[in-house]
Amino acid sequence: MVQIKRLQEDGADILAVVGEIDASSSIELDLAIAKSVGEGFKKILVDCSALEYISSAGLGVFMSYIEEFRDKGINMVMFGMKEKVINTFQILGLADLLHIRESKQDAKKLLHELSA
Amino acid sequence: MSYRHKIGCSLENLKGIRDFIRKSLRTHVSSEVVMNEIILALDEMCSNLMIHAHHCNPDHFLELSIDVPTKGSLIFEITDDGEMFDINKFHEPEIGNLVHEKRKGGLGIRLVKSIMDGVEYLNRDGRFVCRLTKQVS
Repeated sequence: MVQIKRLQEDGADILAVVGEIDASSSIELDLAIAKSVGEGFKKILVDCSALEYISSAGLGVFMSYIEEFRDKGINMVMFGMKEKVINTFQILGLADLLHIRESKQDAKKLLHELSA
Repeated sequence: MSYRHKIGCSLENLKGIRDFIRKSLRTHVSSEVVMNEIILALDEMCSNLMIHAHHCNPDHFLELSIDVPTKGSLIFEITDDGEMFDINKFHEPEIGNLVHEKRKGGLGIRLVKSIMDGVEYLNRDGRFVCRLTKQVS
């Protein structure tokens, strides 16, 4: 139901999330982020351009890493969300707590600024 | 028009619920954002019941019905033989506390309350029914 592809670019780990994240599949997202953190990446980009749906289980995964990222100096920026997907983040005001940009270029720029 | 879907309480069935809602409402809801909001709220309600009331037992069933009246709000009903968890009595945690406690749950009910115009509970023929309403333009 969800596939997460990883690739590295300019020192950042890019997680491309494809499909739908719900209560049955949010564990996949959790494992992918945990792996990235475990491998020591300080810069993480989440490509959401092929993310079709996210429920609170997926939102909760992103929320659960906020403090750990702060403690470990890890920066994560998400990009490419469809309107219906970003709306889910906005309903709860999470768009203000997480770094979200429209394009990959803007996301990389922000990641660079945050990591400076 | 009315639509009905019976669901075994396995999280694997959430995708089927979303497909049922999308298919049922495709001629009634034109906005993709509103469609996604409705799907999200019902997915949250059903997954909550599956996990907390039925411990994901696939032999337990929920029934989801969608009623599209010619005028007025869309009506969604989830019928359950088990004990219904009343989200109106649930005090949802502050977002800041969720971040601090690294909790992955607690956001779903907030989503449902934000999206739906009404959430009420009733007893029909000895079965619990959660009725959610949503006004769409």
